[in-house]
Amino acid sequence: MNAPIAERPLLEVRGLAMHFPISEGIVLTRKIGDVKAVDGVDFDIKRGETLGLVGESGCGKTTTGRCILRLEKPTAGEILFDGQDVNRMERRELVALRRRMQVIFQDPYSSLNPRMKVGDIISEPIKVHGVEPDARRRRDKVRDLLSVCGLDPKFADRYPHEMSGGQRQRVGIARALALDPEFIVCDEAVSALDVSIQAQVVNLLEDLRERFGLTYLFIAHDLSVVRHLCQRVAVMYLGRIVEMAASDELFDNPLHPYTQALLSAVPIPDPRVEAGREFRPPRGEVPSPINPPSGCVFHPRCPMAVDGCRQARPVLRELRPRHWVACSEVN
Amino acid sequence: MPPLLEVRALHTEFRTGAGLVRAVDGISYTVEHGETVAIVGESGSGKSVSALSILRLIPNPPGLITGGEILFDGRDLRGLSEAEMREIRGRDIGMVFQEPMTSLNPVLTIARQITETLEQHQGADRQTAERRALELLEMVGIADPKRRLKQYPHQLSGGMRQRVMIAVALACNPKLIIADEPTTALDVTIQAQILELMKSLTHKLGVAQIIITHNLGVVARYASRVNVMYAGRIVEAGSADAIYHNPRHPYTMALLKSVPRLDQPRRARLDPVDGQPPDLTRLDGGCSFRPRCRFAVEQCAAARPPLQPVGEAGHLSACFRSAELSDIRDVAA
Repeated sequence: MNAPIAERPLLEVRGLAMHFPISEGIVLTRKIGDVKAVDGVDFDIKRGETLGLVGESGCGKTTTGRCILRLEKPTAGEILFDGQDVNRMERRELVALRRRMQVIFQDPYSSLNPRMKVGDIISEPIKVHGVEPDARRRRDKVRDLLSVCGLDPKFADRYPHEMSGGQRQRVGIARALALDPEFIVCDEAVSALDVSIQAQVVNLLEDLRERFGLTYLFIAHDLSVVRHLCQRVAVMYLGRIVEMAASDELFDNPLHPYTQALLSAVPIPDPRVEAGREFRPPRGEVPSPINPPSGCVFHPRCPMAVDGCRQARPVLRELRPRHWVACSEVN
Repeated sequence: MPPLLEVRALHTEFRTGAGLVRAVDGISYTVEHGETVAIVGESGSGKSVSALSILRLIPNPPGLITGGEILFDGRDLRGLSEAEMREIRGRDIGMVFQEPMTSLNPVLTIARQITETLEQHQGADRQTAERRALELLEMVGIADPKRRLKQYPHQLSGGMRQRVMIAVALACNPKLIIADEPTTALDVTIQAQILELMKSLTHKLGVAQIIITHNLGVVARYASRVNVMYAGRIVEAGSADAIYHNPRHPYTMALLKSVPRLDQPRRARLDPVDGQPPDLTRLDGGCSFRPRCRFAVEQCAAARPPLQPVGEAGHLSACFRSAELSDIRDVAA
């Protein structure tokens, strides 16, 4: 807590929980439960670092990102961005915050307004935040951003529908960069792209990170891309982080039984490797986050589960240096 | 024994506002009895249209199969009447599509989705069909199948719906299953369960499979032979081992190099395929990969390279420079 300011992480997430109420009835609505989308999540991201947040649909990775951006107001927990609690910010502080953190969405088709020209899409945030009142200089900035993102500046006069998926995603990235942010949440930013285009965009994200000293929270379900792009990775399951470690350490020595099952399920693009691989997909399906299992949420599907796993919720423990695991059976 | 399926010079076109699109532009391949063949390619490569063409499920207009033969079990499917074709679909050729929610009928119970096929194709009475439906659900690993039979698709998870699709596809003991991106909409652990299920069932029942996918990992795990498509054509074909370890078309080589691998430490940078995907309304007479190809020469603009044998038996590549490519690759690496 008394660490010097210089070493303080850019983002600190403490005990984050986001429960969405479910109600019943139309006239006399009453609450009948909660979807525990995120249920007690802690992590830090250092300046310049990329943290990967992985997991299957419904694990809470996107909700976590939305809470950090304050697109959701969390049920509990703290999100400290550069030391300030995002949830306690007043409107004015929030406006300032939004210049410093941006987001790139998954679907380059639905995240760009089809009635706006590309140039207007990118200059909109600059206009809204009053960063550059001069229209001509705004146009120059847009041209710069387009070329930084590997697009011809002439694209400023086109509409999104005239572009391919990969080009649209570059527009989404240019828009995110328009306010010179420090931190970007990439929510499945390359998932919708074709293989040959995906690698181009991954390289672009890496170049931008280096050039502008960006910090990323990279939310994705494609583990191979995450291994490539992220320095550290957190694996989520049913609203909780089950394992967190440096990228190569996590993928080479997964310790949590869920991470192990997840990794073994990913097919490797090499028939010789595949022929020799042991393969055990986890049994069953992910339970509902409305009534998550007691104790360790993974116990009904876990090959290592013992009686104790039904009772106590395992805490994240540092089993190896900087390798955290939430499992009481792993040592 | 002749192959189960032989596609010869198949052409499928679409008339669109932007012009004529040759979605499938003269592709030929075979599927032997009981084997799993993958068709791999990116969006717009024509992989799905090529499969729908086999089943003659191309909406007309705007689409039309304009040429070629589809020999299935000795008969040319293009010459059959619509009534005969309906007999083939679902009976001899089963189908599994990407989105199980849209391919199952939302107002029919799970039981009815399966019994309909059995009654239609095998003339089974209701009782026999229902008994068989229960067997099928057990076979595809659905827990508590009696209860599930009475439910509707929306009451099932995505993975379970895809299991039901597989049960429907297998209901009439087909000879071939065409699976179009069968697991793309599913999470990775569920994807693995479904693919393992399809693999073990098709193996046990001796059913041949065409898997259409963009996922190079899925191909590596499940297919014995691979056809790589680009802009409506097969650019490379061969055994999975040859395609992955001795690719002889620049597109295949570039595609394999562009994917990050889970089993390898972080590399400095990925090596992407340059440029943008082709605009199918604006293809010229040359090789359609030429604008993105690192090995393109003048000849590539003059004519389309034909699919020709390279290396081991059954390995084909549509590149004028495929003979030199293995040397060039070694130098580059």
